[in-house]
Amino acid sequence: MDRYRGNPQAIADLVKGYAVHRDTYVDQEVFDLEMEQLFPNCWVYIGHESQIKNSGDFITSKIGHQPVLASRHRDGQVYVMHNRCPHKGVKIASEPCGNTGKFFRCPYHAWSFKTDGSLLAIPLNKGYEGTGFDADRAAQGLPRIENVKIYRGLIFVRLAEKGLSFEEYFGESLTTIDNMADRSPEGELEVLSAPIRYMHSCNWKMLVDNQTDTCHPMVAHESSAGTAVNVWERAKKANPDLETPMAVQLYAPFMAPYEFYEGAGIRVWPNGHGHSGVTGSIHQDYEDVDGYLGRMEDAYGKKRAHEILGDVRHNTNYFPNIMVKGPVGILRNFIPLAVDKTLVESWVFRWKGAPDKLYERGLMYNRFINAPTSIVGHDDLEMYERAQEGLLSDGNEWINLHRLWEEDEAEDTTEVVNGTSERQMRNQFYAWRKFMIQNMENTVEAAE
Amino acid sequence: MNRDDLIDFVYDEAAMLDDMRWEDWTKLFAEDGRYWMPLEWQQEDPILQPSLMYEDLLLLTVRVERLTGERTFSQKPKSRSHHLMERPRILSMGEEDGIYRMRTSFLYTETRGDLLERYSGWIGHQLVEVDGALKIKQKRIDLINFDAPFSNIQLFI
Repeated sequence: MDRYRGNPQAIADLVKGYAVHRDTYVDQEVFDLEMEQLFPNCWVYIGHESQIKNSGDFITSKIGHQPVLASRHRDGQVYVMHNRCPHKGVKIASEPCGNTGKFFRCPYHAWSFKTDGSLLAIPLNKGYEGTGFDADRAAQGLPRIENVKIYRGLIFVRLAEKGLSFEEYFGESLTTIDNMADRSPEGELEVLSAPIRYMHSCNWKMLVDNQTDTCHPMVAHESSAGTAVNVWERAKKANPDLETPMAVQLYAPFMAPYEFYEGAGIRVWPNGHGHSGVTGSIHQDYEDVDGYLGRMEDAYGKKRAHEILGDVRHNTNYFPNIMVKGPVGILRNFIPLAVDKTLVESWVFRWKGAPDKLYERGLMYNRFINAPTSIVGHDDLEMYERAQEGLLSDGNEWINLHRLWEEDEAEDTTEVVNGTSERQMRNQFYAWRKFMIQNMENTVEAAE
Repeated sequence: MNRDDLIDFVYDEAAMLDDMRWEDWTKLFAEDGRYWMPLEWQQEDPILQPSLMYEDLLLLTVRVERLTGERTFSQKPKSRSHHLMERPRILSMGEEDGIYRMRTSFLYTETRGDLLERYSGWIGHQLVEVDGALKIKQKRIDLINFDAPFSNIQLFI
């Protein structure tokens, strides 16, 4: 029997603020509804414009379970379409990226489509004459997705016809994307290579929660970052002339004490967005890269350049499933595959016009923290997988989010709080509840 | 060094890893040695192209110490590894630059608890002589499916 489908109240009851019910992480029906309701109702990231620079370039992605395709048409515009042939449903593009030339051609029956999705030709066309085909949806080609927004090169899509506009949905949270892009002297990001991919046997929200969980690094990462600090201190003792290598600069701040994170703050925004590291972060003390500051000052003027580089936000979650780390130019995409399976793709942007050393640092950070071979990743995944198993216990059906909770906590508000608060996790769940049930009443009526 | 010395080195190194003698293993590296796992086909640049690993002795030492740490929870229970390797092909005896080069096809198994994962590909060795002994200048692991999403790989291929 369906417990949650068509039952908005049952879904709303899963979120109490200071606690959420474990079904949000382990229940198959809740996961199905996330795919059917939550993801289509939200603005979801599918890729970056620099991946499809030339006419005929395309990328593929997924929103919930639904395969989508974005391509650069010869009019210079990016079009986003459902990645399924209108004939039998075959995926038109099967690779993550590529160039299709002037048109897409379905490999099954050779139906072809322009790179804006419209139908170009069908072999033996006379078989459709007088059949009413022209009035069929199939005649329109690849189903176009209308709600597409490209912001600083980042491509976002909302599948649902009705919903919040891009600007309403993200609001002030876009300042993190702005800051990341502004770190390029040309104001532009580019993707030069594939992401690091990492498979997780856990629910996608565990990864999202962890991004602003500032009470775990000094505990869970004692084994990795703590060991790195110890090994480095020993090396330094043996040879005091050694300069702190980039690797140690990246690892060591993970061992910062609670007080550091408390003071650094967390900011929440409406619709589930928020970030850690408001007044400082683990990214604040990296060594200057030769020539970079000069290029930034030339591009923006001294005052503005320092403003940009002085904003060292830690992790910004864009609800539902990406995290942006501006100071190292990293975007992580937490792609849900099943209720207990998540594919994490971590991308590094290159800042156009900036020295190579910065890109080197982003790539190093990415393989240190976000790779299947990353010792920090090993620490985290172990926790997620243990939680996914532990949550099956009936001893307690609730996940506790009480840290610095207050009675009548405001939802959909902008606020800066103590940096060890679980406020942003609660903020995500307020948005989760909202977008899970947003169009549900309509759907139920339509079905009746 | 003769051909047998080089081939023995490759097998002995793998045996050291499978015996979990990691500290001894790090001593096989030259001071400026590197362990590299590329993320692209026939990758040339470990710095400005993404890699799964590109680590010097300091970082390898961190990994080795972490594996035996009291609070290394991802090693409770511990992982074990097994290398199955073809006979190494000797690509260079170092006539020109003093670097011996070998390439070895492998099947690698890593297991932890009830889970077991297999990986295959090629190991590229670059060895140099330091004080009469062979040392690793670079060990490169090219997986056949470098672009696939793996779960944890915690030990060393």
